[in-house]
Amino acid sequence: MTQAPSDATTIRLEIARYRPEQDERPVLERYDVPYRHEWVVLDALNYLKDHIDGTLSYRWSCRMGICGSCGMMVNGVPKLTCSAFLRDYLPGPIRVEPMANFPVERDLVTVLDDFMEKFQAVKPWIIRDGEQPLEEGEYRQTPAQLADFKQFSMCINCMLCYAACPVYQHEDEFLGPAVLALAQRYNHDSRDQGKGERQELIWSDEGIWDCTFVGECSAVCPKHVDPAGAIQQAKVESTVGWYRSFLAPFGRG
Amino acid sequence: MAEITQHDIVIIGGGGAGLRAAIAVAETYPDLDVGMVSKVYPMRSHTVSAEGGAAGVIKPGDSLEDHIRDTISGSDWLADQDAVEAFVREAPRELTQLEHWGCPWSREPDGSVAVRPFGGMGIQRTWFAADKTGFHMLHTLFQTSLKYARITRYDEWFASRLLVEDGRCQGVVALELRTGEVRGILGKAVILCTGGFGRIFPFTTNAAIKTGDGLGLAYRAGVPLKDMEFVQYHPTGLPGTGILITEAARGEGGILVNKHGDRYLRHYDLGEPLDLGDPRHPLFRTMELGPRDRLSQAFVHEQELGNVFEAPDGAYVHLDIRHLGEKTIDQKIPFVRELAKNYVGIDPVHQPIPVRPVVHYMMGGIDTDLEAATSLPGLFAAGECACVSINGANRLGSNSLPELLVFGARAGRGAAEWAREHPESSRAALEQQADVEEARIRDFRGGDGGTERIASIRADLQAAMESGCGIYRTEATLRAAAESIAELRERFRSMRLDDHSLAFNTELTGALELDLMIEIAEALVHSALQREESRGSHQRLDFPTRDDERFLKHSLAYRTEGVPRIEHRDVVITRWPPAERVYGRAHEAGAAERGT
Ligand SMILES: Cc1cc2nc3c(=O)[nH]c(=O)nc-3n(C[C@H](O)[C@H](O)[C@H](O)COP(=O)(O)OP(=O)(O)OC[C@H]3O[C@@H](n4cnc5c(N)ncnc54)[C@H](O)[C@@H]3O)c2cc1C
Ligand code: SF4
Ligand code: FES
Repeated sequence: MTQAPSDATTIRLEIARYRPEQDERPVLERYDVPYRHEWVVLDALNYLKDHIDGTLSYRWSCRMGICGSCGMMVNGVPKLTCSAFLRDYLPGPIRVEPMANFPVERDLVTVLDDFMEKFQAVKPWIIRDGEQPLEEGEYRQTPAQLADFKQFSMCINCMLCYAACPVYQHEDEFLGPAVLALAQRYNHDSRDQGKGERQELIWSDEGIWDCTFVGECSAVCPKHVDPAGAIQQAKVESTVGWYRSFLAPFGRG
Repeated sequence: MAEITQHDIVIIGGGGAGLRAAIAVAETYPDLDVGMVSKVYPMRSHTVSAEGGAAGVIKPGDSLEDHIRDTISGSDWLADQDAVEAFVREAPRELTQLEHWGCPWSREPDGSVAVRPFGGMGIQRTWFAADKTGFHMLHTLFQTSLKYARITRYDEWFASRLLVEDGRCQGVVALELRTGEVRGILGKAVILCTGGFGRIFPFTTNAAIKTGDGLGLAYRAGVPLKDMEFVQYHPTGLPGTGILITEAARGEGGILVNKHGDRYLRHYDLGEPLDLGDPRHPLFRTMELGPRDRLSQAFVHEQELGNVFEAPDGAYVHLDIRHLGEKTIDQKIPFVRELAKNYVGIDPVHQPIPVRPVVHYMMGGIDTDLEAATSLPGLFAAGECACVSINGANRLGSNSLPELLVFGARAGRGAAEWAREHPESSRAALEQQADVEEARIRDFRGGDGGTERIASIRADLQAAMESGCGIYRTEATLRAAAESIAELRERFRSMRLDDHSLAFNTELTGALELDLMIEIAEALVHSALQREESRGSHQRLDFPTRDDERFLKHSLAYRTEGVPRIEHRDVVITRWPPAERVYGRAHEAGAAERGT
């Protein structure tokens, strides 16, 4: 990190541009935008779009680190651009590119289809044999039971972990960090009984065993979900489950 | 020619209200199929930002009657009381349903759901999931919706027009961002769940997508917009960004102080401050737990008295939570700490947080009845884009999330009933309308004859709204805003886009949004001009008191070729006759009586 020189008035952005109707491949374009101490990279992009070049496309909405839209590569590292301050990249230039490991739709916008399919495939909803009628009130869940999955429920689906994952880079089939953490989120919820239904996919080749535990995903996760930890936990449980199924073949895994 | 697809029901919006509506259809009539159109992936919807919580009566000692009363007095008696009753009755069931779907509500040691105090509520009744309540609710709803195969999503499709034929709404025209394709998406019933419109103001807690498109679509189709003049300023936004510091910070005991260290709210008829060590602090409906309109108004007075801190990003006061201690802060309101650290560079465990009032929530919206139906047959609306009304002149914090659920579900069921009874009418006519809309969008995209950038028109619109329709208004400020908006409409005609391409053209969607923003801003200003009284969040310096004689009424703005036509409709009063809104003093007496 460089110390803020007090006289910085502009900062240079190098932005990957790709317009499918006219460009064959992405090209870096350079723009100088005003520098303000309290600005994040997203503010600079908005300035650019509003005042300099209306053709730049990117996703954003909440600008408070919670909607998960604004992930991009900033100087080669996956970041939420609404939480990445210009002041941490002085004196610049700052290179802004679409998230790695995803096809590019246009400029800084990536294609989410693969993620969304895998997301749905792990059945991220409560599965139960029977429902307690609403009249009987809530399912009891102690703070300790809540704590058992809470961390994995904090995922904002920003996909920065996929952009950082060396396995996903080479293996399209890999379910990937956030989706596996999501499966653990439900498997560990005391209200859920669907572990068995999720098992096959999670334990398949595309599931946890693909992960070589590099841990890059947890390092870039802005919400401390620790997907690497989730995968590790699932591995341990599956080994235990596997042994258990031998010992008590008719019991629940 | 625009392509056409057909569903039984089309829902526009994938936020809390839209998802709840979709699930309600799927559960009530599994044979019906739903098309859900959203300009962002559903989990990006603005519901995700809601922090504090969702109100619903479940605890012993609380009662439906009390929640109703708090909501009605909070609304300054402008809420329809039959709607409030229905809402309060159904909210607990809806919140429990969400619990069954997996929402990670914060818990008591015995495993029951925990509740917290909130502003304007006379007892603890706000369910919460730490301070990411909306985030957890939205993700729970979205993930649950994935199990229904008959919900087809159109993610990142922008709805730009309603299709109306034979006097019935029968679909929408939408633009696919990825390809630029324009398509008619037909449905026998349509539900608008497009959220609020804080973005017509410059300084707001609202996300970029909150531009009020659904209101604009309904308004253009002849449906009136109700109570548009009521704009809620939240008293605690971060200067500069407008990022919200949740009311839960005060619910947990945080205090507001001015630059002299004075708990200034005590000068504004909100009761006397208790010592921070007093176990009764924070006292319900008192001081920091007064309603939002009153707290934001107090700030303006303090500013006039020179009692606030001045800074380039705007004046501010301090929200002090240091006395809660690190442990409580991390457990109950960790996001507050995260946001303050990230965006203003202070750690609230050790320093007070700078805050100022910020546009937060729109009480007004598309006029609907209790069943979420609008005056246009086949068109329903729910969530922040709708006005039933339960919020009247001032919404109570934590009433809006349960509102999404209660009226989202009602809209889903109502639309399903409607769709079963009404076949599609003339396909050819609908196709033709879709083609007209396709041509309009093509013109927008192609237009390069003009000179005006959309960003500059938008900025001027926001500035006009702030100076004309802020916390305090007068006829003169409102007239000036109305004039500016009329000029902006002219300027919009000569807008020009840099971007003429098809793929993910966000300058184009920005222009489509701006077109509708101008429309609804105009409805807001004219509704405010006609309301010659002060009530809740609508404060007129030239008419400083509430006037039940003339204005115990809803405003209804109808679109015309000229300025909007404003009509009024009586508020539904059932069992709770209008009274003075009292915070602080009388309540202390009442609370003492009840021994709370
Ligand atoms: C920072 C913040 C904190 C809040 N905290 C609380 C709280 O603690 N408690 C509480 O009760 N309330 C709270 N609120 C209010 C509450 O969050 C909102 O009123 C509510 O979430 C709105 O939900 P919705 O479903 O109506 O709309 P949204 O969640 O805004 O969803 C709107 C949907 O419509 C879609 N859409 C819009 N226009 C179009 C278009 N043209 N074409 C296609 N799709 C479109 C969007 O893609 C989106 O999916 C808070 C609000 C803010 C701003
Ligand atoms: S696990 Fe973390 S990095 Fe990955 S998608 Fe979720 S929040 Fe983003
Ligand atoms: S804009 Fe929502 S996470 Fe950055």
